[in-house]
Amino acid sequence: MTAPALRLAGDPPASPRARRALHLRWGLVALLLLAAVLSISTGAAGLSLPRVLGDWLSGAGLATRDRVILFDIRLPRLAMGMMVGAALAVSGALMQGLFRNPLADPGVVGVAAGASLGAVSAIVLGGLLPVALTRVLGPQFLVPLAAFLFAWGATMLLYRLARAGGQTSVATLLLAGIALTALAVALTGILINMANDQQLRDLTFWNMGSLAGASWMKLALALPFVAPALVFAPRLAGGLNALALGEAAAAHMGHDVERLKRWSVLAVAAAAGAAVSVAGAIGFIGIVVPHLLRLASGPDHRALLPNAALLGAALLVGADVIARQVVAPAELPIGIVTAILGAPVFLWILMRRRGFGGI
Amino acid sequence: MKMGAFLAAGLLALAAPALADPPQRIVSVGGSVTEIVAALGAADLLVGRDSTSTWPPEVAALPDVGYFRALSPEGVLGLAPDMVLAEADAGPVEAVEVLKAAGIPYVALPGEPSPEGIAAKITAVGEAIGRQAEAATLVETFAAEIAAVRADAAQVPAADRKRVLFVLANQAGRLLVGGEGSSAAAIIALAGGVNAGTGFHGYKQATDEAILTSAPDVILMMDREGDLAISDAEVLGHPALGTTPAAQAGAILRMDGLLLLGFGPRTAQAARQLHDALYGPSEG
Repeated sequence: MTAPALRLAGDPPASPRARRALHLRWGLVALLLLAAVLSISTGAAGLSLPRVLGDWLSGAGLATRDRVILFDIRLPRLAMGMMVGAALAVSGALMQGLFRNPLADPGVVGVAAGASLGAVSAIVLGGLLPVALTRVLGPQFLVPLAAFLFAWGATMLLYRLARAGGQTSVATLLLAGIALTALAVALTGILINMANDQQLRDLTFWNMGSLAGASWMKLALALPFVAPALVFAPRLAGGLNALALGEAAAAHMGHDVERLKRWSVLAVAAAAGAAVSVAGAIGFIGIVVPHLLRLASGPDHRALLPNAALLGAALLVGADVIARQVVAPAELPIGIVTAILGAPVFLWILMRRRGFGGI
Repeated sequence: MKMGAFLAAGLLALAAPALADPPQRIVSVGGSVTEIVAALGAADLLVGRDSTSTWPPEVAALPDVGYFRALSPEGVLGLAPDMVLAEADAGPVEAVEVLKAAGIPYVALPGEPSPEGIAAKITAVGEAIGRQAEAATLVETFAAEIAAVRADAAQVPAADRKRVLFVLANQAGRLLVGGEGSSAAAIIALAGGVNAGTGFHGYKQATDEAILTSAPDVILMMDREGDLAISDAEVLGHPALGTTPAAQAGAILRMDGLLLLGFGPRTAQAARQLHDALYGPSEG
């Protein structure tokens, strides 16, 4: 399953373009490894990684504190950062391809607004649920679960709304998305008005995104949704490439455009929905990563989708390293870091493209 | 005699595990928790605090582990504490679980915002850090002060009770005021006043009409500086607030926010201050 993701189909390996693409791929893998090593070895606790690894490998046994920091804090956090970053970046690339619009991101199909409404409902109204239910779920799972269900529900509703007579109108999808998002934001507003101070602070933190709540359990809950979507996404690449020429052209080239739309929306709902529900709303990864990659290697989705997964993972893990360091021993919500880094990069891309007579 | 000594020794031995090694490096999470630790004379044992811990002033110099609902477990562990004292609702849950797994005593303290809740919290902190005697003394003083202010408050005839409106913030003319069940309502009741903000829970934005009908005799605010400060001119110039009995009589009170709303060991003092400001110092 990994082979098609790592090699570009269609190009003979000797051509300069293929070589460049291969270099880019390995460069991204190296970047991700670098970010991962940084993430594991830095943190407020000042753990000496070589010493800890030495202890571990020599069988000397780890101090409880070191073991907890490494296996219960840093590793799940790294894994969740990679998963969330990859999910957001690939979802962004899929949305931009599907809508043929450089500004599209999972928010367009209601994922962000739906997840936000779900999270806010759980935070504000969670106390009204039967105690037995919250005890079974655990308070830490109520918010992600509600966020995922609402994100998924919003996207499915939207897809249903945009479908008429076996055809899905991308324009309707976009416009209905705006209306649905406005509705979700209004409902969120009502709940916010009902919230007390502490719930408000919880909401604010959720809305800025964070990997602070990373745990193996959350990873295990989200991965079954993210992983299939990421593995499956490259199979949509050919269709998305054809779609760039227009729906009619893609259909003439033998692509089932309806199927393409359906699977793209499903993949985004699963990957971005699960990512946002465990990590909160993290902006800009979904927009900046595909754009950076298009600049580097062109718009071919066969290269773009797997590369986006790698770069998204590397950037989010890197941003998390920064989020943990700047105000240690406290930490910054990661959404702030991605926006502070992402917004200027995005502006730069925009200016450059305008120079080329783009957008 | 001998028997008694044995018994005492046995009891001591039983109690020993708890008393054996009182913590030397404490991270305190929650404003009132930190105040209690300091009031028990253990401020020098603190190695970290959360962002709501701002009293006594010297704790501001300690490393800040963030908002008490958004803790970073590694940040806390990085301070190498041998005990974490935290409000019961500190979080996120994952962070608390990781801290508990790290083998450091993690003490969740009861957090009811009432005088009884504060006394229970003081006792719990005292037990956790091995200062039971100091805690008992503090609880005694605190209970006596509360009883005194309650007695004075009870003497105010129902007809003379002042209606107090707590104004938390003024956001360009929209007022955020204290409603039922808010900490402001609790301290106003303790001081013998009547909370004028009724019909809603917590701190909410009130419409001008609601403020007019609340007809407060006194406007209570936090003593803040900079952008958050609300000046008398702002109060008098506000279309609704300016026409209330309180504004017309110039009855505007300001008190330190954490003292007033913190529900820690200084709450008796806060209630006394508010009571005296409302009704004048009690004679005797």
